[in-house]
Amino acid sequence: MAKYIAKRLGMAVVTIWLVATLTFFLMNLVPGGPFLSEKAVSPKALEALEAKYGLDKPLHEQYITYMKDALHGDFGDSLKQRGRTVSSIITSKFPVSAKIGGLAVLVAFFVGVPLGCVSALHRGKVTDNIIIVIATCGIAVPSFVICTLLMYTLGVKLGWLPTLGLGTWKHYIMPIIALAFYPTAYITRLMRSSMLDVLGQDYMRTSKAKGLSQFVCLFKHALRNAILPVVTYLGPLLAYTVSGSFIVEKIFSIPGLGREFISSITNRDYTVIMGTTIFLATLMVLMNVVVDIVYKLVDPRIKLK
Amino acid sequence: MKENPLNMQLDLDDFLPASDEEKENLVVMRDSVSFWKDGMRRLRKNKIAMVSLAVIVLIMICAFIVPSFYPYTYEEQIKGSENLAPMTYSAAELERKEAGEHVFPHILGTDKMGRDYAIRVMMGSRVSLIVGLVAAVIILVVGSVFGSIAAFCGGWVDILMMRVVDIIYTIPDVLLIVLLSFALKDPLERLSTVPGFGWIQILGRNLISIFIVFALLYWGGMARMVRSQILMLKESEYVTAARALGASAGRIIKKHLLTNCIGTLIVTTTLQIPSSIFTESFLSFLGLGVAVPMPSLGSLASDAINGLNTYPYLLFIPALLISLIILSFNLLGDGLRDAFDPKMKN
Repeated sequence: MAKYIAKRLGMAVVTIWLVATLTFFLMNLVPGGPFLSEKAVSPKALEALEAKYGLDKPLHEQYITYMKDALHGDFGDSLKQRGRTVSSIITSKFPVSAKIGGLAVLVAFFVGVPLGCVSALHRGKVTDNIIIVIATCGIAVPSFVICTLLMYTLGVKLGWLPTLGLGTWKHYIMPIIALAFYPTAYITRLMRSSMLDVLGQDYMRTSKAKGLSQFVCLFKHALRNAILPVVTYLGPLLAYTVSGSFIVEKIFSIPGLGREFISSITNRDYTVIMGTTIFLATLMVLMNVVVDIVYKLVDPRIKLK
Repeated sequence: MKENPLNMQLDLDDFLPASDEEKENLVVMRDSVSFWKDGMRRLRKNKIAMVSLAVIVLIMICAFIVPSFYPYTYEEQIKGSENLAPMTYSAAELERKEAGEHVFPHILGTDKMGRDYAIRVMMGSRVSLIVGLVAAVIILVVGSVFGSIAAFCGGWVDILMMRVVDIIYTIPDVLLIVLLSFALKDPLERLSTVPGFGWIQILGRNLISIFIVFALLYWGGMARMVRSQILMLKESEYVTAARALGASAGRIIKKHLLTNCIGTLIVTTTLQIPSSIFTESFLSFLGLGVAVPMPSLGSLASDAINGLNTYPYLLFIPALLISLIILSFNLLGDGLRDAFDPKMKN
C-alpha cells in the first residue's frame, strides 16, 4: 500500500512538472506580453519593467529561474496586480471557490445518490420515469442557462434571493444550485444504472433468501457495491468544481479563483497563470490518487498495483 | 442379414439424391440480418430515439435550408424596428402594411440593433450544429487513430501515449483554449490572404481555432475508449489469423479491430456532439466563439443577459434551443447505444 502510494505520488510529480513546463513554453510562445496592452508605456519603461521581472532574459534562463523559485515555494509576484504575490492571490481566492464548489459537490452527492437508488428500486414505475426525465434534462442544460434562469426567476421576478456577490448565506444558494445541477443529474443516472446492475446480481438474491432485513440488504450489500462508479466520478468532479467555475463566478460576480484565472490568461499575467495552473494540476492529480485509495477502502477486492 | 459391425462397406442409401422434402429443409427462409439492419431495426423500435431524431432533422432544416429563402438576413439592421416583441411591427412597418404591402412578421421579435431574431437564432443553431458535427468527426478520427495505435503497439509505446492523454487532461482546458486562440490569430489571418485559403475568412477565424482546439484537446476520452476496446479485441483469434496470413499492422487495425468496435465508435461520436456544442456555447459565452456579426446560440444567450429584465425572451429562446439540441443528441446517442452496442446497456 505504502509502496503504491509512493509510486503514484512520484508519477504525480512528473505529471505536474510536465504540465508546468508545457504551460510555461506555450504561454511564452504566444505573441503578445503582459505589458503590451497598457496604454502609454514608453519603450524605456517597458524595458525597465521587463528587466524588473526578468522577462528580457532568454526563455530557457527564465524557465530555470522560475522552476528553482517554484521548488522553494516562491511563485513570484503578479505582473499586473502590483505588490501582490501569486501565493497570496491563490490563498485569498481559492477558499471562496472551494467553499461554493465543495458545498455544491456535497449537494450533488446527497441528492444524486438517493435519487438514483429510488429510481432503480422503482424501475419502470412512475417515480422512475419522472426521475429519469428530470436527470436527462439536467445533463442537457448548460450552466449559463441555469444561472440566468435562476437569476431571472428567484432573483429578479420573485425577489427571494440576492443576485450578486457573497454576503449572507442567501447569496450562496443560487451559485450552489447552478454548480450542483449538472453533477446531480449525472450522479443520478450513474447511480441508477449501477444500482440496477447490482440488484440483478446473485448475491442480492442470496442476501434476501437468507432473510436479511431490507435495510441491511440495501445498505450493506447493494449500496456499497453500486456506489463505486460514483466514487470514481467524484474525484475529478471535486477537483474541477472547487477550482471555480468561470461562468458561475462571472454571472453572480463572486470573487473566486475561476474568474481570477481567466482574467490572468487574458491579461497575460504570466506568473499568475503559472501559479494557478500548477495549483489546479496538483489538485487534479492528487484527487485522482485519493480516489484510487478510497476505491480500495470501499472495495477490498480491488488490488492496487 | 445382420451386418458385421467391422464391415467397411458403405451404405449406398446414404448417397441417394436428396428428395424435395429434404431440400426444402435447407432452403434459407429469411435473409441473414446484417449488423446494420439489425441495429437499425432495433433503433426504429425505440420511440424516444426516433422522436429525438425527428427533432434533430427539424432543427437542421430550420438551420440549413430555411435561412436561404427567409425574407430577412442575420446581419440586416432594420432601422426603427429595434427591440420589438415577438410578432409585433414597428411604426414604419405598420405604415407599409396599411399601404397594402406584405410585411413578413418578426416571429421572435428583433434585438437591440434591429436584427430579426428568428433568423439569428436559426443561423446560431447552424453554427452550433456545424461545430458539434465537425468537432465530433475530428475527435473520432484523432481519438480512434491514437487509441488504436497505443493499444495495438502495447508496451512502452502504450504507456507513453497514455501519459500524453493524462497530461492533456490535467492542463486546465480554458488556459489552452485562450492561449491557442491568441496564438492562432495571426497565422490564420495571414493564411486567409493566401490565394486558395479565402474560405478561412468566410468561416471565421475563431471557428477554425475552435476546431483546432477540439482536434488538440478533446480526443482523450475517445482515445481511452478505443484503447480499452482494442486491448480486448486484439487477443481474438481472427487477429492471430490475419497476422498469420501476413497482414500488416495498419491493415489489421483498419480492417479488423476498428470495424469490430464500430458500435462503440458510433455511440461515443454521437454523444460527443452535444458535449462539443456545450463547449462551443461556453466559449462563445466567454467571447472566444464565432466572430460578430455571426451569431451562435451561446453568444446570443450571453448578449441577452444584460437585457434580461426587459427582454427575457431574447435569452429564453436560444437557451431553450441549445438545451433541446443537446437533449435530442443525448437521447439519440442512448438509443444508438441500445441498438448497436447492447452489451453497454445499463
